[in-house]
Amino acid sequence: MEEDRIEIIPAEESSEEVRAEAPAEADEIKAEKGMKAKDIRAVSRKQLALKILGQAGLYLFLTVMAFIVLFPFYWMLISSVKSVEEYNLLTPTVWPKQFVWSNYAKVFSASETGIDLGRMFLNTVYVGIVSTILSLIVTVLSAFAFARLEFRGKNILFAALLATMMIPGELFTITNFITVVNVLDWRNTFAAIIVPFLVSVFYIYLLRQNFLQIPNELYLAAKVDGTSDLKYLWKVMIPLAAPTLISITILKMMGAWNSYIWPRLVNPNDSYQLITVGLRDLASALSSNPANPNFPVQMAAVVLVTIPLLLVFIFFRKYIMHGVSRSGIKG
Amino acid sequence: MRMSDEFTLKISGTPKPEGESVYLGNAAMAGEHPSSASAPVYLGKTPEGAEPVAEPSPAVLASAAEMPEEEAPVAEPAAAEAVYSAAETEGGAPEGAPDKKKKEKTPLSKMEKKILWKDRFNRYKAWLYLLPALVILAVFTVWPIINTLRIAFLENYSGLASIGGETFAVGFRNFENVVHFPSFLTCLGNTMLLTVITVPISTMLALLIAVGLNSIKFLRRIFQTIFFLPYVTNAIAIGMVFMAMFNMIMVSPTVPPHSYGLINTIIRAFGGKEINWVNAGSSYWANMAVLIIYIVWNALPFKILVLLGGLQSVNKQYYEAARVDGASRFRIFWRITVPLLSPMIAYVVITGFIGGFKEYTSIVGIFGETMGPAGADGRLNTMVGLIYDSLEDDFMGMASAASLILFLIIFAVTMVNLYVSKKKVHY
Repeated sequence: MEEDRIEIIPAEESSEEVRAEAPAEADEIKAEKGMKAKDIRAVSRKQLALKILGQAGLYLFLTVMAFIVLFPFYWMLISSVKSVEEYNLLTPTVWPKQFVWSNYAKVFSASETGIDLGRMFLNTVYVGIVSTILSLIVTVLSAFAFARLEFRGKNILFAALLATMMIPGELFTITNFITVVNVLDWRNTFAAIIVPFLVSVFYIYLLRQNFLQIPNELYLAAKVDGTSDLKYLWKVMIPLAAPTLISITILKMMGAWNSYIWPRLVNPNDSYQLITVGLRDLASALSSNPANPNFPVQMAAVVLVTIPLLLVFIFFRKYIMHGVSRSGIKG
Repeated sequence: MRMSDEFTLKISGTPKPEGESVYLGNAAMAGEHPSSASAPVYLGKTPEGAEPVAEPSPAVLASAAEMPEEEAPVAEPAAAEAVYSAAETEGGAPEGAPDKKKKEKTPLSKMEKKILWKDRFNRYKAWLYLLPALVILAVFTVWPIINTLRIAFLENYSGLASIGGETFAVGFRNFENVVHFPSFLTCLGNTMLLTVITVPISTMLALLIAVGLNSIKFLRRIFQTIFFLPYVTNAIAIGMVFMAMFNMIMVSPTVPPHSYGLINTIIRAFGGKEINWVNAGSSYWANMAVLIIYIVWNALPFKILVLLGGLQSVNKQYYEAARVDGASRFRIFWRITVPLLSPMIAYVVITGFIGGFKEYTSIVGIFGETMGPAGADGRLNTMVGLIYDSLEDDFMGMASAASLILFLIIFAVTMVNLYVSKKKVHY
């Protein structure tokens, strides 16, 4: 939702990691074989030992880094099931002595935390779905116009749209705040968090590139058969561009899930608030007393917010990386 | 039809459509268009295509003008056929020129009119598709650019008062206010510092990890997945986890803590003394260290993804040649990998700088809205934070000026980056 509007698109496609993998392996094996055949005596034991040592060092480095990357996830998971007393021990335990699952129930009890996180959870799902559907419709229509239809000023308009991606989102926020709050009077509505972010030039660009790859002959053939543009779009273009559409859907949903600044700004009322804002409020509420903060419940809330993202990532890894590698945007 | 006409005029400023005779000319030329040229073939096979031409009533004409897309193609073959035949007679007969003049004088038949409408509709149909996107972009992207520029130069601007019809003096006061704002230098300094420190660290680390990943086969996919995980997280949520890991639980900075927290326990296990990272009474640099670790952790996945993608498209022959020549690993890395990867490195550095200057949520994630540890509110504020603070306090002019300053900084840094990379990047 809050999109960083500055993106530079790399000249090359960097996402297709799979592509080079197989030939690379083959090449390397060939190279090694060639070397062995050439000067087998040169490869002394010392060199072999060095090579193994090098590999071991490499794996050690990667493992340490992977451990550092994973550790916060581990800490969040085990902390979320500790009791407050156990968490507040002088020296923290690495594995919970006792699993306190009620922390998760406490996350959703508004009486306990003062924040109706369940409500915000549903709000976020609602906003995510509605904004994704609307955004997909708008994006598909305009990408189609840019990819397939001819009209005066097309290239200039497209270049102008791409140029707006250079400008940081913060610059838009101020006027959008005035527009949404003062002019449209949308304070505390879902429209306020959905509408301003419906159109992303980047998504239009991404989809247009994909549409352009579909041969124009298909369009002409469909025209000859008397298929309308919309039907062609629905039956041919959308199925063929499905991977990009899935990428957009996931990034858009993640955007709703992670958006923080804008919803907090325009919707002070908790009944229209999104989950991330609630999460931050929960953290502030639960650590208001520095002598006795409730970290386990905080961590349980963090787990509940993080797990859906990780699940989406595991199932749609390819699509996320596809979109991300070209944009540098988060959500 | 009418609506889309007007809309086009407004948006693109194109002149009003010319006379209908010109359209006829265009329609005749369109005979060369592959779709209409092939249409008669279809007509020959299925006579229904010509059906609507048989009884054109004014009602049909009207509906053709505002025709929804589903109906459009029914008329199309007929239109195309007429065009086709017109083009044929014109080209075939030597007395084509006088014939055309004659045609223009005679009133247009209903069918011809319909063709004209259809043609006109096709010209503007693209705008119909673009309409929703353009309306939203106009309101929430184009207008903000203009308006932010405008109110940055209006002194004491207030959104509500401006609706009330109040006018404001024009000047540079807002920019002066921003620069003289007590926390401006703090915000600018924090932003610069975080960017300048985190971008090189995360780029170097990402490069090492990417090169490492690229040279292994066993477990590679698993490592790749792990290194990408931080990307699909919520900056606020994981910020809270980092806060929990660095936090000590204590009543006041002077009293020994009753829980050291994870990081300090590790430090103590290695014989060090606990450090007050994020609590009340912590030092500025301790806070910064936590932020740097978190931001680097967060920035790694994207950089690894891009650099690894770049590495995989590097021609393997360079490496083979270097290996045959007996170059050391370090030398291969420095003399082959880095230069060949320089476009990707430039890309992640530039996006890293841009992202660094917009740092905000990661700080909120760890320290909360107060942008600092307890007792030192706002100490870790950034430029984006300054903009939002001014916005919330209804200092719209100041917020606009601050956002323009931020934009100029980002723009300048990007230009410098591009300039440097032009000199250094090996394409």
